[in-house]
Amino acid sequence: MDHELTLRVDGAEHRLSVDPRTSLLDALRQRLGNTSPKKGCDHGQCGSCTVLVDGVRVLACLTLAVTRDGSEVVTADGLSAGPPGSGGDHPLHRAFIDEDAFQCGYCTPGQVCSAAGMLDEFARGRPSVVTGDLGADPELDDAEIAERMSGNLCRCGAYPGIRAAVARVGREREGTR
Amino acid sequence: MRPFDYQAPADAGTAVAAVAARPDAAFLGGGTNLVDHLRLGVTEPGLLVDVTGLLPNGISDDGGGLRIGAGVANADLAADPRVRRHYPVLARALLSGASGQLRNMATTGGNPLQRTRCLYFQDVTTPCNKRSPGSGCAAIGGATRQHAILGASEHCIATHPSDMAVALSALDAQVEVLGPDGERTLAFGELHRLPGDAPERDTVLEHGELITAIVLPPLPVAARSDYRKVRDRASYAFALVSVAAALEITDATITDARIAFGGVAHTPWRAHRAEQALRGATPSDETFHAAAQAELADARPQDGVDGGNAFKIPLLTRTLAGTLRDLARQEA
Repeated sequence: MDHELTLRVDGAEHRLSVDPRTSLLDALRQRLGNTSPKKGCDHGQCGSCTVLVDGVRVLACLTLAVTRDGSEVVTADGLSAGPPGSGGDHPLHRAFIDEDAFQCGYCTPGQVCSAAGMLDEFARGRPSVVTGDLGADPELDDAEIAERMSGNLCRCGAYPGIRAAVARVGREREGTR
Repeated sequence: MRPFDYQAPADAGTAVAAVAARPDAAFLGGGTNLVDHLRLGVTEPGLLVDVTGLLPNGISDDGGGLRIGAGVANADLAADPRVRRHYPVLARALLSGASGQLRNMATTGGNPLQRTRCLYFQDVTTPCNKRSPGSGCAAIGGATRQHAILGASEHCIATHPSDMAVALSALDAQVEVLGPDGERTLAFGELHRLPGDAPERDTVLEHGELITAIVLPPLPVAARSDYRKVRDRASYAFALVSVAAALEITDATITDARIAFGGVAHTPWRAHRAEQALRGATPSDETFHAAAQAELADARPQDGVDGGNAFKIPLLTRTLAGTLRDLARQEA
């Protein structure tokens, strides 16, 4: 039996009716025409479907759409400096271009959303497994960025550029705090 | 994927009744393992009962320990200042598992109930006694790098994949469960079961029973604790072996020790014999190796087309020794 739900995606509200089997990823891509999140493995192993749901980075492929009724979803397409969907580049978009952080681009929307969620987690003082002192606020060094972004694979191997882009936006944020 | 019904009840009692009433019903938590299984055809429930909106999702002080609601996300639990300070082994174990995205989704109640990542269990074209009881075990004599060296049976050599559960085992956590017949509390060490001749049952939970909270006891020894995981890549992979350890040292003597292993058995493996070998001993490499040997005396490695898993015995021995060596050097 189909279920009715409301999703706010990149700033716009949508009502849709879905089979409970429909993943959030398929709902976004095939029902709402938002092809920013990508289907890489469809098993939660590659991160290319990463979106922000209610501000938190998650995997859209392992999320059943029916479980997210009423949620706010932001994809790399809607990520911007202002409110979701307001247009204009997010600093991560610009940094990925400037730092040559992609080749084919397939994983990039997932990388960008993951980086946005990760930088928020970092700003809240959340530790990672490579944080030496769990009692102290972590430093955003290269090892921390690599660990925190490990859920996003890039088969082109653009990792050095991705880490540089994330580091740059992280530094810019620290400068404004 | 087989069609299924979906319900999101408002309270735990209704959810338990809904699952208990249908043999083909299952609880849906963060979905990080179950949704994948739906897609792979590993499990084919007729009803999913979503418990993410109804489970307690706070962490509260509890008689010197902590009560963790089953709905608390793994990422939130790992970031909690009380967990980081008083139970670092648990924070470190949680952060060793999965990826940032998955830790935001996975829950406290669901993580210990995730199922083995045995390749054959997840591949519906191969025999597997855990997925399809009585069909045989394709892992035995297959690729066994990820498989058990302790407590396996002729029916199943799968390992438990959770890192969090290894820490909870070492910490003597309690599990609060709501079932059709009411509430009960289990010691965490009693939750998981060895495969024996019924590997389809990972835990002692009955159909319809729902974990509602995990309680950490006050445990001063845990202040000096750590989790170390060895895997085939630096991050985002399951353990080949892992060690959760807590050490109390008074006047250059080990006065208390808590040890559990991951990646080596059908359950998180509480290493009571290693703990016994450590208590009263002087911290040294000889002591730490002797503790590993005491626990691994009964280890039975598997042959395999990939070279088997005999490497886990020396690897786990060194991982335990290294973890304890570093803990012994820490300020208490």
